[in-house]
Amino acid sequence: MQCCQPDCENEATVHLTEIVDGQMKKIDLCEECAKEQGVTDPKGFALADLLLGLGAASEMESGSGELECPACGFAQADFKKSGRLGCSDCYATFAEPLEGMLKQMHKGTQHVGKVPKALRQEMDFTKHRQQLEKQLSKAIETEDYEQAALVRDQLRGLDVPPEEPVEPLEPKPKSAKSVKGGEA
Amino acid sequence: MELRKFLSSTTDLSTCEGPQDHVVLSSRVRLARNVTGRPFPGRAKKASRVETCQFIQPAIAAASLMRGGFSESMEPLQALDKQLLVERHLISREHAAKGAGSGLVLSKDETLSVMINEEDHLRMQALLPGLQVKQVWKKMDKFDTSLEKKLDFAFDAQLGYLTACPTNLGTGIRVSAMLHLPGLVLTDQVNQIVQAVTKLGHAVRGLYGEGTEALGHLFQVSNQMTLGESEADIIERIHKVVLQVIEHEENARQTLLRTKAKELYNHIGRAYGTLAHAHIVSSKETMNQLSLLRLGVKLELFKGLTTPMLDELFLLSQPAHMQELVGEKLSGEERDLHRADLLRKHLGKVKGLKLPE
Ligand SMILES: [Zn+2]
Ligand SMILES: [Zn+2]
Repeated sequence: MQCCQPDCENEATVHLTEIVDGQMKKIDLCEECAKEQGVTDPKGFALADLLLGLGAASEMESGSGELECPACGFAQADFKKSGRLGCSDCYATFAEPLEGMLKQMHKGTQHVGKVPKALRQEMDFTKHRQQLEKQLSKAIETEDYEQAALVRDQLRGLDVPPEEPVEPLEPKPKSAKSVKGGEA
Repeated sequence: MELRKFLSSTTDLSTCEGPQDHVVLSSRVRLARNVTGRPFPGRAKKASRVETCQFIQPAIAAASLMRGGFSESMEPLQALDKQLLVERHLISREHAAKGAGSGLVLSKDETLSVMINEEDHLRMQALLPGLQVKQVWKKMDKFDTSLEKKLDFAFDAQLGYLTACPTNLGTGIRVSAMLHLPGLVLTDQVNQIVQAVTKLGHAVRGLYGEGTEALGHLFQVSNQMTLGESEADIIERIHKVVLQVIEHEENARQTLLRTKAKELYNHIGRAYGTLAHAHIVSSKETMNQLSLLRLGVKLELFKGLTTPMLDELFLLSQPAHMQELVGEKLSGEERDLHRADLLRKHLGKVKGLKLPE
């Protein structure tokens, strides 16, 4: 394979894949061009990205004073110490200070993916739909068709009647519901 | 039941072969889940952890995929038991340190395991040999769904599955592939690849040791982000990235054969010589040399040697497995002696090492 830099005919030995504007791009460089592009210099790369998750955890915004979770008594200072929360209610308590951190840490702040079956019905589909529609029009506006197709698929997924599982699940005995809650 | 009677033999564990296993040793999916209305394990008092464990454990053990499996509190397990589990990647080091109030459920074939009250109430793991990230997710998904009948998982419409650490929020999924990359290490390209893969938002780490120092040339690629992207998309991205790494590793191996054949044969021949004849050998050296033999097998330089045998030796030469095999507690120095005996016994009689002149 030839080096992809203009006016270079060397054999490419460095192969990279980069995301540019949401598109995967393959880059093949020879040793010399790679050096010129700073590719072999480890500092030129955002290795720090890997550590972002950890770094961000210690930087939870202070927000409005010292919050405390009513369910488990967990305080903001406890989070700064451990990087972990105390219970599922903590997420509601610390929603505001967590927001910026989650944005840095993840691809988005809206869950996409699996939902427990029992909750699928209860979920606020209208709200979700509105968000997706907003995303769709934005994607079309910016001519990001890959993203638009993705969002459209998600919108279609919402059209499945809530009583029916989105994906075919293994058949379950009707009596299964009575077991719920478990025999501790 | 006693754990050590339950665990599969190392031979059975090592016979599995999977797609692309010249580079990808295994594919793994881990899910983090918590049940509603109970504090996370790190916050819960001991009595509460014990109670939660007693609530969750029977529900998991009763799942059809766990039929004939192993279910036990961490308390009665001995230190050596726990270390065997760590060496098999069935529990984390953190979980090995746990006692009462934490538990473990293992499927019969050890491809499915659940740690109870590790960092989250449930840390579930499914494993398949070779590159099978999609298949292993399917298996995990099915198991997870089957648990919904008995356990109410903590879930939020915006944040998804709620986890003790915000880095696992959303899908709670960690998909990983264990890669054998001797070609990229020997051609000094592995750091470039690690950086490129990292740039794509994936984490790469040496399985034992970091970077070029990765023992056994083993690396693990996994997703970093869990919120804002569906399980299917996360898995698709990992799958694509791994395919690219495979291509680079294959190219590197071909480059070595083409341009540095003598050097390569020298590495492999010396690795064989060391392991087949040494009388004292450390686990570190064993891992690195077995890795080179594995490369030799995949390049078809050995006749009488197979990867299942090498994989078994790799597992057996770990400290806890070494002690289990010998049947007594061993110091580090004693292990190095027994390890060398084991390797000589298995490798010394291998015929047909056929390195070209
Ligand atoms: Zn060039
Ligand atoms: Zn709380």
